[in-house]
Amino acid sequence: MHPAKSVIFFTTASGAGYGLLIWLAVANALGLLPASWGFALAAFAASLGLITAGLLSSTMHLGHPERAWRAMSQWRSSWLSREGLAALATYGPAGLFAFFWIVFGARDGLLALLGLLAAAGALATVYCTAMIYASLKTIRAWHTPWTFICYAAFSLMTGGLLLCFLARLWDLADANVFASASLLLIGAAFLSKAFYWKHLDGGHSQSTAETATGLGDFGKVSMLEPPHTEKNYLLKEMGFQIARKHAQKLRSITWVTLFAVPLVATGLSLAVAGTPATLLAFVGVLSAALGIIVERWLFFAEAQHVVTLYYGASSA
Amino acid sequence: MTSLPETTNKQLGLVIDLDICVGCHACAVNCKEWNTGGHSAPLTDYDPYGADPSGVWFNRIHSFEVEEEETGLGRTVHFPKSCLHCNDAPCVTVCPTGASYKREEDGIVLVNADICIGCKLCSWACPYGAREYDEDEGVMKKCTLCVDKIYNENLPGESRVPACVSTCPVGARHFGDLGDPLSDVSKLVEARGGFALMPEQGCDPVNRYLPPRQRAGPSSSQTVAPRLLEHKDESADGAGLLARWVDKVLSV
Amino acid sequence: MLNPFKTVREDVDLTPAVADEVKTTTCYMCACRCGIRVYLKDGTVRYIEGNPDHPVNKGVLCAKGSAGIMNHYSPARLTKPLKRVGERGSGEFEEIEWDEAIATAVGWLSEVRAKDPKKLAFFTGRDQSQSLTGWWAAQFGTPNFAAHGGFCSVNMAAGGLYTLGGAFWEFGEPDWDLTKYFMLFGVAEDHDSNPIKIGLGKMRTRGGTKFVSVNPCRTGYSAIADEWIGIRPGTDGLFIFALIHELLRAEKIDFGYLGRYTNAPWLVIDDPGAADHGLFARDDTGKPLVFDLTTQAPASAVTDVKPALTGEYTLVDGRTARPAFEHLARRFLSKEYSPDRAASVTGIEAQTIRRLAAELADVAFAQEVVLETPWTDFLGRRHEKLVGRPISMHAMRGISAHSNGFHTCRALHILQVLLGSVDVPGGWRYKAPFPKPIPPGPKPAGHKLAPDTPLGGMPIGNPTGPEDLVLTDEGEPVRIDKAYSWEHPVAAHGLMHMVIHNAWAGDPYPVDVLMMYMANMGWNSSMNVPGTIKYLTDKDDAGNYKIPKLIYSDTYYSEMVSYADLVLPDTTYLERWDCISLLDRPISSAHGPADAIRQPVVEPDRDVRAFQEVLIHLGAQLGLPGLTNDDGSAKFKNYADYMVNHQRQDGIGPLAGWRGNGSTHGRGASNPDQLSRYIENGCFWQGEFPQDAQYMKPVNKSYLACAKELGFIPSDEPIILQLYSEPMQKFRLAAEGHGPRQPPEKHRARVKAYFDPLPIWYTPFEEAVVDNETYPLHAITQRPMHMYHSWGGQNVWLRQITAQNRLFMNRKTAADLGIGDDDWVWIESHRGRVKAQVRLMDGTHPSTVWTWNAIGKRKGGWNLDPDAPEAQRGFLLNHLISELLPEREGGYRYSNSDPVTGQAAWYDLRVRVERCAPEEAGVTSPLFEAAKVPESVSAHREGTAISRFGARLRGAATGAKPARLRDWIGNRKEYAKTVAGLPDGHGNLSKRQKSGAGEEDPSQ
Ligand SMILES: Nc1nc2c(c(=O)[nH]1)N[C@H]1C(S)=C(S)[C@@H](COP(=O)(O)OP(=O)(O)OC[C@H]3O[C@@H](n4cnc5c(=O)[nH]c(N)nc54)[C@H](O)[C@@H]3O)O[C@H]1N2
Ligand SMILES: Nc1nc2c(c(=O)[nH]1)N[C@H]1C(S)=C(S)[C@@H](COP(=O)(O)OP(=O)(O)OC[C@H]3O[C@@H](n4cnc5c(=O)[nH]c(N)nc54)[C@H](O)[C@@H]3O)O[C@H]1N2
Ligand code: SF4
Ligand code: SF4
Ligand code: SF4
Ligand code: SF4
Ligand code: SF4
Ligand SMILES: [Mo]
Repeated sequence: MHPAKSVIFFTTASGAGYGLLIWLAVANALGLLPASWGFALAAFAASLGLITAGLLSSTMHLGHPERAWRAMSQWRSSWLSREGLAALATYGPAGLFAFFWIVFGARDGLLALLGLLAAAGALATVYCTAMIYASLKTIRAWHTPWTFICYAAFSLMTGGLLLCFLARLWDLADANVFASASLLLIGAAFLSKAFYWKHLDGGHSQSTAETATGLGDFGKVSMLEPPHTEKNYLLKEMGFQIARKHAQKLRSITWVTLFAVPLVATGLSLAVAGTPATLLAFVGVLSAALGIIVERWLFFAEAQHVVTLYYGASSA
Repeated sequence: MTSLPETTNKQLGLVIDLDICVGCHACAVNCKEWNTGGHSAPLTDYDPYGADPSGVWFNRIHSFEVEEEETGLGRTVHFPKSCLHCNDAPCVTVCPTGASYKREEDGIVLVNADICIGCKLCSWACPYGAREYDEDEGVMKKCTLCVDKIYNENLPGESRVPACVSTCPVGARHFGDLGDPLSDVSKLVEARGGFALMPEQGCDPVNRYLPPRQRAGPSSSQTVAPRLLEHKDESADGAGLLARWVDKVLSV
Repeated sequence: MLNPFKTVREDVDLTPAVADEVKTTTCYMCACRCGIRVYLKDGTVRYIEGNPDHPVNKGVLCAKGSAGIMNHYSPARLTKPLKRVGERGSGEFEEIEWDEAIATAVGWLSEVRAKDPKKLAFFTGRDQSQSLTGWWAAQFGTPNFAAHGGFCSVNMAAGGLYTLGGAFWEFGEPDWDLTKYFMLFGVAEDHDSNPIKIGLGKMRTRGGTKFVSVNPCRTGYSAIADEWIGIRPGTDGLFIFALIHELLRAEKIDFGYLGRYTNAPWLVIDDPGAADHGLFARDDTGKPLVFDLTTQAPASAVTDVKPALTGEYTLVDGRTARPAFEHLARRFLSKEYSPDRAASVTGIEAQTIRRLAAELADVAFAQEVVLETPWTDFLGRRHEKLVGRPISMHAMRGISAHSNGFHTCRALHILQVLLGSVDVPGGWRYKAPFPKPIPPGPKPAGHKLAPDTPLGGMPIGNPTGPEDLVLTDEGEPVRIDKAYSWEHPVAAHGLMHMVIHNAWAGDPYPVDVLMMYMANMGWNSSMNVPGTIKYLTDKDDAGNYKIPKLIYSDTYYSEMVSYADLVLPDTTYLERWDCISLLDRPISSAHGPADAIRQPVVEPDRDVRAFQEVLIHLGAQLGLPGLTNDDGSAKFKNYADYMVNHQRQDGIGPLAGWRGNGSTHGRGASNPDQLSRYIENGCFWQGEFPQDAQYMKPVNKSYLACAKELGFIPSDEPIILQLYSEPMQKFRLAAEGHGPRQPPEKHRARVKAYFDPLPIWYTPFEEAVVDNETYPLHAITQRPMHMYHSWGGQNVWLRQITAQNRLFMNRKTAADLGIGDDDWVWIESHRGRVKAQVRLMDGTHPSTVWTWNAIGKRKGGWNLDPDAPEAQRGFLLNHLISELLPEREGGYRYSNSDPVTGQAAWYDLRVRVERCAPEEAGVTSPLFEAAKVPESVSAHREGTAISRFGARLRGAATGAKPARLRDWIGNRKEYAKTVAGLPDGHGNLSKRQKSGAGEEDPSQ
């Protein structure tokens, strides 16, 4: 599948934003966070900022952004529609949660619950986003629970790394708790991606050139001529293919930038304190940011659509 | 609950005969010709006279070779493909706006260009590559089953049929209600063992394809004349035959 | 207030207005001449569909025809007459007014006509008005006229005309409804584009039939054949001989048919060394003789006797003679033509050949179709029924575009005749005006040439012996293309492919004016394109072009245009009158004669004129007889006027329908109302032969009578099929030293070798002379069904299907050469090399590589972007095909053509294929530099980055209530017989079964 910048940015940015939102709500409920309005402002700015930027960019690749509001009508069947609703719905509790905390420093009791409600919304939104892809039978790579697991894991992991960084900046007491939790999430994310790739490499769609043409009974099917000698929309969007070698290279880059570096940096940050710790947390964030973009680019680039079976692919 | 109709009164669709399709592209071009001024007008073309010509088409003709491993016997099959007007159309259920819909009246799957936001998700969901995005208009387009032609009183009777069907020179294309087991097309599909593409994708397509027939060639049992000719005379120059033939005309 | 949760439903307009007006005319996106309905909206062409009533296409429309709109609105259209101001090929032109254009042409032409008319060479390519253009040339007085036939498929035409008095092309057709076994040789598409497809569809749907395709490539028609015979190019002759061998050995031939309706029993003089050796023994009235077994004496043929088919007989003058059939039988019974011998050369297993022969025999003699239609033969013998041998055949350039093609084509027709399957039920049938006498008159004119004097005949014809050759007193060619000379004696269509070379070489002489029409000779219709470009642009020492003046008429900015000195811009086919005449290439069927017209359905929006219009105008100004009245005034106002009022013979004009007062057809006075009658009838006229005249036409009394009446044949003499070709023997005798006219020494051996009265096979010339180690592969082209030569490629829609052509190669062959799919390779022949990208496949003969024809375009040609894929990655094999053969002994280089007919031997090409260096991949070679595009033309392309054609054609709602739906079944008639409960009819018109109440019209 063609990796569109806007969609890569949308899924990674809003993912991190929602992740951070969940962390804030949960950590707050567990009383791990300070009242500091400055910290709250920074944290919510980061979270809601990333979410909003992501959502906006997602409308960029629409043919008719001005009609985006119509996208909510089909929540009964469409995950894209549901995502829109979930995203919108999440703004309510998230907004109030942020507002009271920042303005009045109020964040307990009912407000904490409100926070958890926002967190639920965030998780739901991430789930819908993942399901947009996971629900597509046409793309075997995505049509697996691992898609959501990865999206959730990466959302929480990147959100977590952001929180670690902020916690270091504000030198919060429980910064190490967050760091340790992040370590676990990096591990979790690492495992989910490992399993995702195992699934991806481990088989093919049951659809083949033979089932696509229904000519299996007559023998092995191979393309003689495509319907058009130049590329059309279908091939530009669905026909995108990435060389095995190239993919392997990018996977290793992901291993390093998305997992190894943040893991080490966060680990070391436990050992040291003060500015070095902050710097290490920052390194973790930067590296993960780069890594998640590569990972997401690959998520699309490595996904093969069954329509390629009509254009010369023997399996999908 | 889904945005697909529970049932449709008709299941209009195409039946395409892979046995006699010669891959002439007439159906694809006549489709383009009718529809570029029709319900989804225009079928935009990009860089039409330039270095990278491409455009919106509702019907495209692939060609494949099929080789039997053991016998080494093979065949070339021309393969036209357009929207299959699926009963369980994922292009409809994934659509966030309802722009992609299936008509209750006749089962035709259409795009409402006035509300389509151009998110392209439907084209990802369609296993058959039947959705064509119009960059210029920012909306999705697709085979309309010539909805503005098949019912059109302003056309002569024999023209009230999908453009791709009436134009096919070999008569490889058929059209009708595949939901009605007694309809002409259903009888034809029944008789010829018509099949659906990629059933495993679970879209329950309406269109049917008729398989290549058993060929009356050596590859099959029913060669017209299995026996070889019996020579009446084996002499090198056939002198014997020449002698026999002098008065051959008499004996016929 | 908008509710974001509301599901908005579209209300679809099922009955929009479609057109303000629908006009009928005849398609011209190729030469097939289908009838079309053109839907017009606000003066724009909205939609073109096949005319359901039309005899040719019966409502269907091919890809080209469906794309007509985009040719009609092509930005490559010329807009105004052009005068060359830069060098030839530069594309630098000045726009001029028509008055100046005509004046210039008249100036050049009148000068030539006054001095030496043959110095005008007038050649027309894809011309459907040859009866006008040829006649015009005759009136002008130049023998140098021909259309595309010579480089097209004259072998097929001549092979047929000299054997059957008819031919394949679109001049005959299989009896699609009754045939049980159809053999197709070397056809990718052919002129009968839609009819063949319609026929194949019916035939395969009917079932119980077999379709065999003989072709090195398994694409298109071959893809739907029951059996594909992947033959090695150039070897069909041997394959056919082997079939004949088998049939003879098994006595599976129609002796009765041979004895009655062919020259099989005609006695051939057996007197080696004599001047009439090998000619038919004739009585003093010149009638050929047979040996009557009843009276045991020679009797005049074509009478009711029992003729001997073999044996040796003594003539009255004491000499011996044998029936022609004995000669034929002796040759093909020889082991030399056994399947085993053929197998090694053709690559077809002997077993397969034997089986196919058995299948033919079985269908012909064990599966006859009998029609209870009584008919009477030319001797008045009444036959109670028609017995058909339901085997039909068709062939085209695959067998004809080889230097051994003429004999191969004859061999195929002879196979048909031996099986008794010509013009019988289920066989192959003639279309009117065929059959004609064998060969048809007239003979080529041009023996006497004089200034300002008509030719005294037609420039093109069919010679029957040396006396008919068109030669100077020195025995040298009179014609610029050397047709009807000893190099190509039976060049029945001329040799258009040699004209530019010969005019440049001044061999036999230079010309003053070269006038061409509708032929892209600067590109895809020439052999050796690089050479041709040189010939067109080469100058003498004085700095003058070796081809001094070049007039060309084209509708579009084709590659050829940039080489013209004077360009006459033509209209598109939707903007002009035209006539598809029985004098030319009509639309007849086996059931009866038919012709058609084109009417202008839209007005030109440019300053262009139909070429025929211009020709008539020029003729009048040149004072050509036939085009001027005695007072010197113009005889015809315009082409339409000519179509109605011109008469070729008494009462016979370009159009056969509605003559006289409108009630007579075929022969009759001119009818001022004729064109409106055609238009009322959908722009065609169709006649029907009486039932008893539908089959066995060459010998059918009732047919011969009505053919004579219609002016198709001069007399109602029977047309006896010529297995043994006497004209060939006459040429051979001359080569053997007999008669007043003999070939010069340098050609003597060649004429003797290739003029055999019975078919022969020989290795195609190029294969015979080049080193086959160096050039191990055959290279051929195929017509893409959706493109017409070069003119389809400018079409926005068609070029989206094919904008680049690949070199198709057998997988195994490629593997041996270390070539992989999509690799770029050099294709090299003895004349040069071309770079192309490879596509591997299984269904092509291992010895053969092929590509789609005429996809490659010259950079900047056709007003396309110079970076267009057609120019950058598309290629032509033409660059590799030499118009001349490598030197023969004596250093003479013959044309790369068939030695009998001069047919261009396109498919003799031999090549080597090699992977090119990695850095060479990605772009074709050679790349000729782009010619400038005249402003008026390039202007069309501004603002075409996106084409939204149709946006404004969407019809407004009419509120009409939706019509009732009806299922459409293709080939309904055939399915009605095989699928239970499926009503008969056509398409969505079905005869209701219960109330068998005739046709049910869906428009109610
Ligand atoms: N390698 C290879 N070469 C081949 C062949 C092959 O099989 N292989 N086939 C050969 C054969 S059989 C043929 S017939 C030739 C065909 O080749 P050509 O005779 O050149 O045919 P086209 O290129 O289709 O068209 C000739 C010109 O007619 C112009 N034209 C189109 N419509 C009109 C019109 O209405 N009026 C006028 N005045 N001009 C018009 C087009 O613009 C084009 O420039 O190619 C030959 N060349
Ligand atoms: N769509 C379309 N239709 C056309 C045209 C067009 O350009 N496009 N051109 C028109 C013209 S001008 C003409 S002349 C006709 C020509 O009509 P065709 O004769 O059908 O045209 P070709 O493409 O030359 O087909 C030659 C076929 O013979 C095969 N072949 C080559 N060599 C041999 C051989 O040695 N033996 C055998 N058995 N087969 C061989 C090739 O694979 C190819 O399939 O088509 C006419 N119709
Ligand atoms: S028009 Fe008919 S034969 Fe031609 S490609 Fe379409 S289905 Fe096949
Ligand atoms: S073929 Fe594709 S576009 Fe057509 S209905 Fe089925 S899923 Fe939708
Ligand atoms: S592109 Fe249009 S039709 Fe397709 S899913 Fe998006 S909104 Fe629906
Ligand atoms: S039904 Fe109509 S829209 Fe669909 S492919 Fe055929 S012609 Fe095109
Ligand atoms: S075959 Fe096609 S292009 Fe040729 S005349 Fe018929 S419709 Fe037109
Ligand atoms: Mo041709």
